[in-house]
Amino acid sequence: MRGFSFLRILQESVSGHRGWREQWRSPEPRKSYDVVVVGGGGHGLATAYYLAAEHGVRNVAVLEKGWIGGGNSGRNTTIVRSNYLFEESAALYEHSLKLWEGLSRKLNYNVMFSQRGVMALGHTVTDVQVIKRHVHANRLAGIDAEYLDPRQAKAFCPILDISRDARYPVLGASLQRRGGTARHDAVVWGYARAADALGVDVIENCEVTGVRRDARGAVSGVETTRGAIGTGVLALVAAGHSSVLAGMAGLRLPIESFPLQALVSEPVKPVMPCVVMSNTIDAYMSQSDKGELVIGAGTDAYPSYGQRGSFQVASSTLDSLCELFPVLRRLRMMRSWAGIVDVTPDRSPIVGPTPTPGLWLNCGWGTGGFKAIPGSGHLFAASLAAGRPHTLVAPFGLDRFSAGRLIDEATAAAVSH
Amino acid sequence: MLLIPCPVCNMARPEREFRYAGEAGLVRPHDPGAASDQDWTDYLFARANRKGVHEERWRHLHGCGRFLVVTRDTVNDRVLQSVPA
Repeated sequence: MRGFSFLRILQESVSGHRGWREQWRSPEPRKSYDVVVVGGGGHGLATAYYLAAEHGVRNVAVLEKGWIGGGNSGRNTTIVRSNYLFEESAALYEHSLKLWEGLSRKLNYNVMFSQRGVMALGHTVTDVQVIKRHVHANRLAGIDAEYLDPRQAKAFCPILDISRDARYPVLGASLQRRGGTARHDAVVWGYARAADALGVDVIENCEVTGVRRDARGAVSGVETTRGAIGTGVLALVAAGHSSVLAGMAGLRLPIESFPLQALVSEPVKPVMPCVVMSNTIDAYMSQSDKGELVIGAGTDAYPSYGQRGSFQVASSTLDSLCELFPVLRRLRMMRSWAGIVDVTPDRSPIVGPTPTPGLWLNCGWGTGGFKAIPGSGHLFAASLAAGRPHTLVAPFGLDRFSAGRLIDEATAAAVSH
Repeated sequence: MLLIPCPVCNMARPEREFRYAGEAGLVRPHDPGAASDQDWTDYLFARANRKGVHEERWRHLHGCGRFLVVTRDTVNDRVLQSVPA
């Protein structure tokens, strides 16, 4: 792999840009691999990259049924933050945020990580109490968090309506200045390119159709649309389709898949200097570098694999945003879509081994997986290489549901996050 | 937005009148004291999460108030059948 540099751009610009090559190979699948990762999204590619880069495990394949980053990695609202309530989650997401901070340099690929600040609004007295509790918990855990009064919130995001008679009055807000956004495609491409350079086979258009197990029940390989592939370690990192894949190995997961919607507006001049989210009205908004407002809405009330979502879910978010930001009322929406998110009962991920020998899970990131990509990949790779869960992900094992040790971010945030 | 036929009210009504009530056919352990941790885990948390034809409970909250078992295809969200629970 030839790195990107200013010198390289200069060279190419004088030679007619004929020297740029594809950023990763399109290899034919081999007969077998040491580790097979199912799912070529951010989490799967990061897992493969860190396996090769930090643990010397290079005989790895990433199988993707479509094209890399074509699932939830390309459908999310790209928000990165680490201000979770519980110690276990805070440690996990903070680990990820620290990796984000050095990611562009590490991958030699500009992931456009912009720490523009993530502000969460409170509209009721209860909201404010919850927000203050979060801020205190975060500070105790060593994570940057601030409480803002309404005027400070407006100073941070000037288009916010903080008048007292607003439909959703702003009574207070939390702010994580180190939070922000990143460019979702660049993250996936950067990891794919870096993993490929270390010898990982990134295999697109290769859907897993079955899981092979040997006489003692251990995983021995997978069947795919491009033939059978042998492996002793099978890592399922397939987000919304985790239940379908686990079902091929005879496993029933504590997961339900829901459509989560997002929209983008027509591009406008810069109006939003930060990310604003509000749990009460199920809305997230930031402005992309192209000028589009990127808006996240809620999930449907019922599980579904249709990547659309119901109209009333998106329209109720837009109604609320027009109340919060009156300046947006005449803005037109260009596109809307949904990603299928894998939601666990406690809204915390499942990372670790399963009762089936050789079968590992990294799923259940639900509505907030994008921010976790580097941390998830890093810690999952360490777990796969060592054969046991890394300390930071150990609390997130599948066994927590029978042990009753739920990490209940569901009640902490009350909604999708 | 789903249009769900209610067999009790005998008409198709919009999703907003209903409340989703989870996967159908989950059976609470008959003898709670004798049930193992695994039995409880299966009942409380494990779900089929089927891609395709899925049986699920809905309650016609703002209508007749009855629980229904609705059969729906989770890929195209088409409601195939709706019967009283």
